[in-house]
Amino acid sequence: MDKIWLILQREYLTRVRKKSFLIMSLLAPLLLAGTTIGIAKLSGSSDTDVVAVFDQSGQRLLQQLAGTEDVRFVPAAGSSLAEATEAFKKAKPKQNALLYFPPSFTMDDTKGIQLLADGNVSLKRQSTIRKAVNKAVGELKMSRSGLNQTTIDNLQANVELDAVDLTQVGGRKNNVGATTGAAYILSILVYMFIFIYGVQVMRGVSEEKSSRIMEVMLSSVKPFQLMMGKILGIAAVVFTQFALWIVLSWGLTTLAAPLLTDSIRKSPPAAAAAGIQEATAAQEKAPATADATLAPTPASAAASSPWSFLDGLPVGSIIGGFLFFFLGGYLLYSSMFAAIGAAVDDQTDAQQFMFPVTIPLILSYIVSINVVINGDPNGPLAFWLSMIPFTSPIAMVMRLPFGVPIWQILLSAVLLVGGFMFTTWVASRIYRVGVLMYGKKVNYRELSRWMFYKG
Amino acid sequence: MQPILQAIDVHKAYAAHVALNGVSLDIPERSIFGLLGPNGAGKTSLIRIITQITGADSGEIRVRGEKLNPRHIGQIGYLPEERGLYKKMKVGEQLLYLAQLRGLTKADATQRIKSWIDRLELRPWVSKNVEDLSKGMQQKVQFIATVLHEPSIIILDEPFSGFDPINANLIKDEILELRERGATIIFSTHRMESVEELCDNIALINRSRKVLDGSVRAIKNTFKTQTYVVEGRGRLMVTHPDFEVLEHKERENGHFYDRIKLHANTTPNDLLRYLINNVEVHAFREQIPSINDIFIRRVQETMPESLVENVPA
Repeated sequence: MDKIWLILQREYLTRVRKKSFLIMSLLAPLLLAGTTIGIAKLSGSSDTDVVAVFDQSGQRLLQQLAGTEDVRFVPAAGSSLAEATEAFKKAKPKQNALLYFPPSFTMDDTKGIQLLADGNVSLKRQSTIRKAVNKAVGELKMSRSGLNQTTIDNLQANVELDAVDLTQVGGRKNNVGATTGAAYILSILVYMFIFIYGVQVMRGVSEEKSSRIMEVMLSSVKPFQLMMGKILGIAAVVFTQFALWIVLSWGLTTLAAPLLTDSIRKSPPAAAAAGIQEATAAQEKAPATADATLAPTPASAAASSPWSFLDGLPVGSIIGGFLFFFLGGYLLYSSMFAAIGAAVDDQTDAQQFMFPVTIPLILSYIVSINVVINGDPNGPLAFWLSMIPFTSPIAMVMRLPFGVPIWQILLSAVLLVGGFMFTTWVASRIYRVGVLMYGKKVNYRELSRWMFYKG
Repeated sequence: MQPILQAIDVHKAYAAHVALNGVSLDIPERSIFGLLGPNGAGKTSLIRIITQITGADSGEIRVRGEKLNPRHIGQIGYLPEERGLYKKMKVGEQLLYLAQLRGLTKADATQRIKSWIDRLELRPWVSKNVEDLSKGMQQKVQFIATVLHEPSIIILDEPFSGFDPINANLIKDEILELRERGATIIFSTHRMESVEELCDNIALINRSRKVLDGSVRAIKNTFKTQTYVVEGRGRLMVTHPDFEVLEHKERENGHFYDRIKLHANTTPNDLLRYLINNVEVHAFREQIPSINDIFIRRVQETMPESLVENVPA
């Protein structure tokens, strides 16, 4: 055990002392803070789409089309479609699209509306414009049937949904933006770090092998100790990196907080695009006015802290779960990476063996996004993904912000521990034989034979 | 005296071939023991079993009568044929790390590293990365790493490869010095001249079996062919009932060089008596077979006929 500790120390110190580690630790939070602030600044001044309306139907649709924060309607110049198109192309300031109502357009025959633009019109823009036209036509129809504008306005429903999580004491308000954002960020962190540091384990083993120090090492320590020392040493590097990032990001965002909240106050909807911190701060502001009984959060205070997005999330289980499932997933995958590094002579040969190891990792990320975030985070598929040890590190971490029953977390944790004990066992069998095997092209049959070598 | 290291009927087989087939060895304490054999004979397999890198299929290794176990790791120093160090690690740190893995405390290790660094004149290189050192320097570092924990059994696989003659001599002196201080040295090599110079005992392994072992002197005695070299002046009778001239060279002014093999029941003194009566003797010595000759002879003897032709030179 003390030998594993010695090996762990060496692996840890040689990596932490590298310049690249320091640079990564400093640069990543700076980049993160920089892009967040940058996006906030940019979206603060984001443009409203300008759509020119050329109406030959004589229904005075332009007056009826109501602009929003996203889109503004202006009259088009010219007396024919060709002239209007020409004018649209030359228009200054630039217009984003030209909306054309043909002469055949009536309240009963709404076919033939065209949206003309340079290049494709994004789905989001199309849907915004379609909604505006629908609303305008609807209102025109209503007023034609004899309702006056006040009645129409009164008839308009404008609902907001407040989702409440009943599993939380007192029924805490659900924070969809923060939940989804946290699920994305945590799972991509798990995915990235398992990948990056798993490959580091592989590279470390293969460097040891090619520098021929293995025989010296193995006359002092057991292959298993050497492998575990390396894996755990690199895990310690990851956690150091996490800790540095959290401290640095906290410091930076605290410094940058006044900047962020400023831009949120100026244009709340635009800030929604500026990453989850601002988005959730903005969202908390809106419903707080709507329903004060269920939302004891003081909106103004919340908006002033960049960490307010954490309110309403099961923070404890997220952090604990994240650390546990990351470590479990890392141990599970990195032992397999270690076995690959041990089996091959040089790293170009490693590709063919990396494939089956990385596939479950990549798949679990992609499938989990579709199942958990875009689907039902508590559905059967999400449940099974978060139970199978090869997919659970990512799937479970992704489910955590949505709230997962404790028995599921525990069951998944036990399965994961079992999973990494199994892969570590398999890997150490391959490792033990591989590290002293030179000049031999290995294939899967060879590897499976190594598992049953004795001695 | 109890041998410090014993191998008792050791077998080891890999998937495709048998590496060791019932090898038994006794290695006396404070000796320099030569482990000889052609490539692929099983030497490295045996060494890896002794250093506990792999295990034997059957048979056992005993250290001072005790079955080999992980506690013995600190008593064994191993310099593998394939040298290797962590390239991006500083010389001093590397030595400290390897010594600690062998069970030395940090303070002890630091102390000993200092004295070895000075002995082998590595002082200017201590805080350099290993990859910045010349190959010879790296070999010295590796040698220090092998003996730093003062093992009582030191296994050196081809210790002189990669050294220039000056450094090779330096290492040779260190090996002798270590023996003086009580270490037993097992020494695996193909370089027969260093075997004759250094080894007290040898074992020859060929095709996974031990084919010969014993003290160098005893082995040479058993391989003696009763052949004597005579140099002198005069005329030597070419045929004689008691001996046979194997080789005869005439030199200028009636000088000659002969190799003479005695027949059974003839002593060297009989030959000498005959020579004194007939010629002027300048030199008379027994021709002792070199370990190299014995090695080649034994390897070819133990090789099946069909394979002899395929033996690479």
